[in-house]
Amino acid sequence: MTVLSAGRARGAEAPHPARPGRGARIRSATYYGTTSALAVLFLSPLVWSLFSSVHGPRASGGAGGYGVDNYRRLIEYGEGLAVYAVNSTVISVLTVAGTLVVTVLGGYAFARFQFPGKDLLFLGALAILMIPHPTILIPLYEILRTVGLQNSLVGVALVMVMFQLPFSLFMMRNAFESVPRELEEAALLDGCTSLTALLRILLRAVTPAMITVGLFAFLASWNEFIAPLIFLSEGSKFTLPVALVSLRSGELGAIDLGALQAGIVVTAIPCLLLFLLLQRYYVRGFTAGAVRG
Amino acid sequence: MMSALLPGAPAASGSAPSRRRADPSARLRRRRSLVGLAYAAPAALVVVLLFAVPLLLSVWMSLNDWPLIGEPSFNAPANYQAIAGNDLFLSSIAFTLKYTVVVTILYFVTALGLALLVQQSRPGVGLLRTAFFLPAVVGLASASLLFYALYNNEFGPVDDVLRALGLVEGDVDFLGQPDNAFASTVVMVTWRFAGFNMLILLTGLQAISPDVYEAARMDGASWWQTLRSITLPLLRPTIALMLILSVTGSLLAFEPFYVLTAGGPSNSTVTMVMAMFREAFTLFDLGTAAALALVLLVVLVVLNVLQFWLVKRGDD
Repeated sequence: MTVLSAGRARGAEAPHPARPGRGARIRSATYYGTTSALAVLFLSPLVWSLFSSVHGPRASGGAGGYGVDNYRRLIEYGEGLAVYAVNSTVISVLTVAGTLVVTVLGGYAFARFQFPGKDLLFLGALAILMIPHPTILIPLYEILRTVGLQNSLVGVALVMVMFQLPFSLFMMRNAFESVPRELEEAALLDGCTSLTALLRILLRAVTPAMITVGLFAFLASWNEFIAPLIFLSEGSKFTLPVALVSLRSGELGAIDLGALQAGIVVTAIPCLLLFLLLQRYYVRGFTAGAVRG
Repeated sequence: MMSALLPGAPAASGSAPSRRRADPSARLRRRRSLVGLAYAAPAALVVVLLFAVPLLLSVWMSLNDWPLIGEPSFNAPANYQAIAGNDLFLSSIAFTLKYTVVVTILYFVTALGLALLVQQSRPGVGLLRTAFFLPAVVGLASASLLFYALYNNEFGPVDDVLRALGLVEGDVDFLGQPDNAFASTVVMVTWRFAGFNMLILLTGLQAISPDVYEAARMDGASWWQTLRSITLPLLRPTIALMLILSVTGSLLAFEPFYVLTAGGPSNSTVTMVMAMFREAFTLFDLGTAAALALVLLVVLVVLNVLQFWLVKRGDD
């Protein structure tokens, strides 16, 4: 709630271009009253989660009030919070890195080169958007098993890269297309190969698009539930969402809702922080059609 | 792969004599196309190995008795015939359709309402947009877990709040009774996706020129008239996109019910993807699961095409 009241105050203090009349002031008050109430409604579950993770008898060791006992129990839950956090991080980092490598090179190819099979590849990437994700996980399970990537974080990351490919490829292609050709032609005349031109000159020009692609890849892979649920079979490989759901189903003893709240906070905070930090890159991607992916 | 990037790589110049006679610009073009192919190769590998091959494999799996452990054997079309007798899947169709209709209407109403509220730029509106959108940043599984705790009678505050407002009396069984479990899940996903859908509509709203609104104001159009005859018609492609996303997303719902209700009580909230998941990883029958997946896939692709066609036809 503090987040919002701070926001509201800042909004009210912002300078008005012209002094509003009485009717306008009433309308404005109604507007901010309604929208602030709605904002409280939308934020309150998140705020409650944070609050209940540090408040109550289970959080404070029985006495009531505040404490970090929920987090203490979470750290020791199952294989240990650190194991799950590391697994989630590994999958997210691999997905972000893999998506960036594949789609920066691919976007460059689509924007600057003619090559055989270009249209076919475009259609193939488009088809990934048309096919419902859960339906392709069962054959992927068999394929990953055949190549020895069952119960593997790398296997999950590969699947996540595939899911991210269509949006990211289009995003990077558009980014390269909007870079003036003169920029690399000068470098090519200076004796650069297309690869050194890409690495030394073009990458800097498409960095904003790369941030957008990376942000979407991170949010998708960090929060993904069904793919790791299917592909990861051992507790020591579980990601945060999978581990928390097994906490909720009481697989390792009684359901500990206090520790669960702590786990939700730990899982949500990286996403919330990254989003707040990189919001304008997110909105850019959204406008470019990320929602289709 | 990288050898193609080097000038005078043998693959580009030395392979065929006829090519040596071709003019240099053609040779250069050919080399450039090989370079392009090299850059596109990783993306092509991902599409082929992680998408096209699995897609074909799922067709083959659906034609086989394919246990999770053990040798597969051809049994077509037994997996497809078995769908007719798969009561859990059949009842999940009706349930998933009901869920899809209800949440799509709710998504549209909430998203349009929020988008209209934060459409104009004014002080603090960015913070409002962020506040409405933040639930969408939390993962769907985490959001479901959060509401699982919110709905808990001892731990969560929802029943206390409803009692204080005089809306209910005594304990409310939010998840243990079919209608309540459905409604509780619908409330959760509406909270989770309202801001997301708002942002979609907002991108469309902001593409409408302020001049159009100005003209309507000059003509003395009321708020309602402006909404009905200007905003909604101009917003149609964006609304269509939002509805398509909502329909496909809801037909494929998994996490909300898997986490919040676990399909219960007594299988009353099992979605189609959950039924498929159970076939594969509870009953260990990957062949039947692949058949269910393909049915789902065909239905969704047809639906997508149909929706695009409807939108296009309406434009003419």
